[in-house]
Amino acid sequence: MDELKLYTYIAVFGTFGLYFAIAWWARAGSTSEFYVAGGGVHPILNGMAIGADWMSAASFISMAGLIAFLGYGGSVFLMGWTGGYVLLAMLLAPYLRKYGKFTVPEFIGDRYYSNIARVVAVVCLIIASLTYVIGQMKGVGVAFSRFLEVDYGLGLGIGMFVVWVYAVLGGMKGITYTQIAQYCVLIFAYTVPAVFISLHLTGNPIPQLGLGSTLADGSGMYLLDKLDLVVTDLGFKEYTTAKLGSTLNMFMYTLSLMIGTAGLPHVIMRFFTVPSVKGARTSAGWALIFIAALYTVAPAVGAMARLNLMNTIQPSASESLEYEQRPQWFKNWETTGLLKFEDKNDDGKITYVADKEKNEMVKVDRDIMVLANPEIANLPNWVIALVAAGGLAAALSTAAGLLLAIASSISHDLLKGVFRPDITERTELRASRVAMTVSILIAGYLGLNPPGFAAGTVALAFGLAASSIFPALMMGIFAKSIGSKAAVAGMLAGIGFTLLYIFQHEGIMFIKGTAFLGDMARNWFFGIDPKAFGAVGAIINFGVAFAVSRIINERPPEKIQKMIEDIRIPSGSPEAATGH
Amino acid sequence: MDKHQSYWKANLRLMALCLSIWFVVSFLFGIILVEPLNNFHLGGYKLGFWFAQQGSIYTFVVLVFFYSYRMNKLDKEHGVQEDEEK
Repeated sequence: MDELKLYTYIAVFGTFGLYFAIAWWARAGSTSEFYVAGGGVHPILNGMAIGADWMSAASFISMAGLIAFLGYGGSVFLMGWTGGYVLLAMLLAPYLRKYGKFTVPEFIGDRYYSNIARVVAVVCLIIASLTYVIGQMKGVGVAFSRFLEVDYGLGLGIGMFVVWVYAVLGGMKGITYTQIAQYCVLIFAYTVPAVFISLHLTGNPIPQLGLGSTLADGSGMYLLDKLDLVVTDLGFKEYTTAKLGSTLNMFMYTLSLMIGTAGLPHVIMRFFTVPSVKGARTSAGWALIFIAALYTVAPAVGAMARLNLMNTIQPSASESLEYEQRPQWFKNWETTGLLKFEDKNDDGKITYVADKEKNEMVKVDRDIMVLANPEIANLPNWVIALVAAGGLAAALSTAAGLLLAIASSISHDLLKGVFRPDITERTELRASRVAMTVSILIAGYLGLNPPGFAAGTVALAFGLAASSIFPALMMGIFAKSIGSKAAVAGMLAGIGFTLLYIFQHEGIMFIKGTAFLGDMARNWFFGIDPKAFGAVGAIINFGVAFAVSRIINERPPEKIQKMIEDIRIPSGSPEAATGH
Repeated sequence: MDKHQSYWKANLRLMALCLSIWFVVSFLFGIILVEPLNNFHLGGYKLGFWFAQQGSIYTFVVLVFFYSYRMNKLDKEHGVQEDEEK
């Protein structure tokens, strides 16, 4: 076994051992521990757990790569996936904490005094979370197959087993404490290579400052200026100004990601675990600090990785690398199929340009930007091993949070809430564990046989959260006059239009060939990408809900109005909020 | 109820202030006005680009803590803080 593999085994299985130990120590004994970790998690620790819960395989592995190839356009992910926490901290978290129950659909069901509203919320939650979890499972499979040269399916199986152990055993309590450990692993794994690369390229060890510094090669040129020059030389768009579609598209894209973030149930749920309203507020701040620690480094990683890649393959427009001279990392990644070279002009050299006819790098998967970054920058083997453990931590922590959201909505909202209100706590707890096991199996199956391409599924999750859950929660707190019929109509309209627009572009449930675009152009609605449509869906949801409320002149009963008054203030017990 | 209403109004005012700043640093500086702002520089960063990839995120962090700090004070001023603190 070579040194790199040995280090990787130590890093990966060492961290797995740690997660198992924590899971055993934090076993859940009651439904309260299983759903909300007993409600006594310190705000700073909860902030850390939210960080790991939130930062998925996509944030860890894919985001810097997306930014590397999109340049300025990639900013929508940076602003969108952090700005949502401002909304969460001010508009939702404190009030939902005051309400003081276990799940998001439970709040929607109580506030709109309607089991239909609750079931609609459950369905949205399950679809959003399940599609999201597929991406995590794929991330686990990829990390294993690349770093440990284990078969993709086997890697996926190991990942499923690890999550199963600590999520089923510990519920929210086990998940919380493993997420805290996973946050530490992932942030360390992300930051260390970034510091090395920044130091190497600019002489500044802080990546956020390095990105704005001059290069250390003695040219005195700013890194970003150099990058702009290199990419435009080869015919690519200028890095610091390349937009993602139109300005309106970027605006809506950012807004959709923000309200989608604020509406994702697995994140909201984490705010039920802190002991107080005050704790919920500060917890959101800490969460954002921990998230910003990665999100402000990501653009530096993206830009620096792109520069390194360009410098390796194409030191200048007129000078290309001989294919036979390609470095070891190039060969490694060729075997995974993530890099592909095709010698179109038979000169034995790699021509890497924007022009599709001439470009010989026929595939440069963007995930490589993080996964191969340490190798491209010639970093020591232990750093590469760390990236493997970090990627797995990011994927597993998010998967666990999502699986808990799914399991609790099935056992608590559907079973206990709607179908069998008379079951005991023990039965509910057992049902929850069974539901989680089944969800893991389904997620694993879908990870092996991904429907459509996985990037599209994340759009679906955010679209659903933005167009259904966020508006329903917000109106639930801020608009006392909205009653059950108006809310249900709004949710259905929001989801309906969003799904229609996404499926029309990408196919029904992303099955290829079922797109029904007809003769309409792509992005026909004001040039808005289907991934950016959630905000439009949310506006439709609000609009329909207020219109219906006006027309049928519906007022929620006195008891509900009292409940809303009550969740708006921190003092007093949440007893008034007993719903149906 | 009056006490609760004035508390809620004060909360909404604070929220409006924070969300305006949230909007300005991200949507306005990072997207709508990015081109004119890019004529200015912050080290090697074009200013609009900096807001989009760095500045907005730092501001978000400060905003959430500022909101939380001010709300905790408002809670006490209006006597609606959580029971264990009374």
